[in-house]
Amino acid sequence: MRKIISFILLVIVALGIGLSLRKIPFAVPKTKVGTYYIDKGIDQTGAVNIVTSIVLNYRGFDTLGEVTVLFIAALGVGVVLATIEKKTKREIMPSSLVLSTGCKFFFPLILLLGTYVFLHGHLTPGGGFQGGAIIASGFLLIYLGCPGKRINERGLKATESLAGLIFVIIGFLGLAIGGYFLLNFLPKGIPNTLLSAGIIPIIYIVIGFKVGAELAGIIDGLMEKS
Amino acid sequence: MIYYIAAVGLMLIGLYVLLTKHNLIKMIIGLSIMDTGVNLLLITIGYVKKGTAPIFSKTGLEPQNMVDPVPQALVLTSIVIGVAVLALALSLAIRLYQHYGTLDMRKIKEQRW
Repeated sequence: MRKIISFILLVIVALGIGLSLRKIPFAVPKTKVGTYYIDKGIDQTGAVNIVTSIVLNYRGFDTLGEVTVLFIAALGVGVVLATIEKKTKREIMPSSLVLSTGCKFFFPLILLLGTYVFLHGHLTPGGGFQGGAIIASGFLLIYLGCPGKRINERGLKATESLAGLIFVIIGFLGLAIGGYFLLNFLPKGIPNTLLSAGIIPIIYIVIGFKVGAELAGIIDGLMEKS
Repeated sequence: MIYYIAAVGLMLIGLYVLLTKHNLIKMIIGLSIMDTGVNLLLITIGYVKKGTAPIFSKTGLEPQNMVDPVPQALVLTSIVIGVAVLALALSLAIRLYQHYGTLDMRKIKEQRW
């Protein structure tokens, strides 16, 4: 019975989406704002990666809200899992020598890759969120491969808060210098070099640290408390 | 056209799982599949024929060949929100399991529908 009702509902939803998608042609440029960003993006922001220039320059305030949502989610995971008391101490099986050595070998390399991805966010595909996710995956590897090792939780929280604070301070510096929040007040430099695009690389480094610390905190909460 | 069908299909699979399954973990997986479908649909709408990524990393790239960057930026936001929702839902599932001893939504009395 329930399956039939769900199926009818699915057909209705599919018809609705299909009818609205019929009006949208495939594979032609559609939005004026997209072509505007592609044409003017390099001159106005100095970043060759147009997606980055949208995320951090044209819509920088949006990104601040997005980072806040991630922060609230990490906080929520911490709060929801905080009151669990451990009934039995889970015995930890030591991992084999190959596994633990491999984890210790790969962990710095993963951190290096993540740092590279968020440092070059304005030049290549990638950025703070992606780099942060890669760094958190390194911490996940340590948690899975070397049981018993833990991240310093206070350090994670401090990194996260400090990174968020720097983001807001950069925004207010723009407000003080040029009149609006998150103004790109640094010189834009030559496009396609590492030191270009003004505040964009700085904000992406900050976001990389923040996202890495937050996702590592979520992993920590889910692994330790369950 | 087939790309639209694939993206909408993912969304519908996720919705079906969400509606018919009783296990909370399976429902969360359905939510995640639906999220992926929505992201894929947004990216697909921004596609341009023979499009390249909107990055001027080398000379000789034609601006009219680049895909629309706005959906990509929005999907970047959406993926992060999806991760946040997933983590929160999983932690709530852990709490529910510890409180009721089951993940079956039919057996959790206050949540019956």
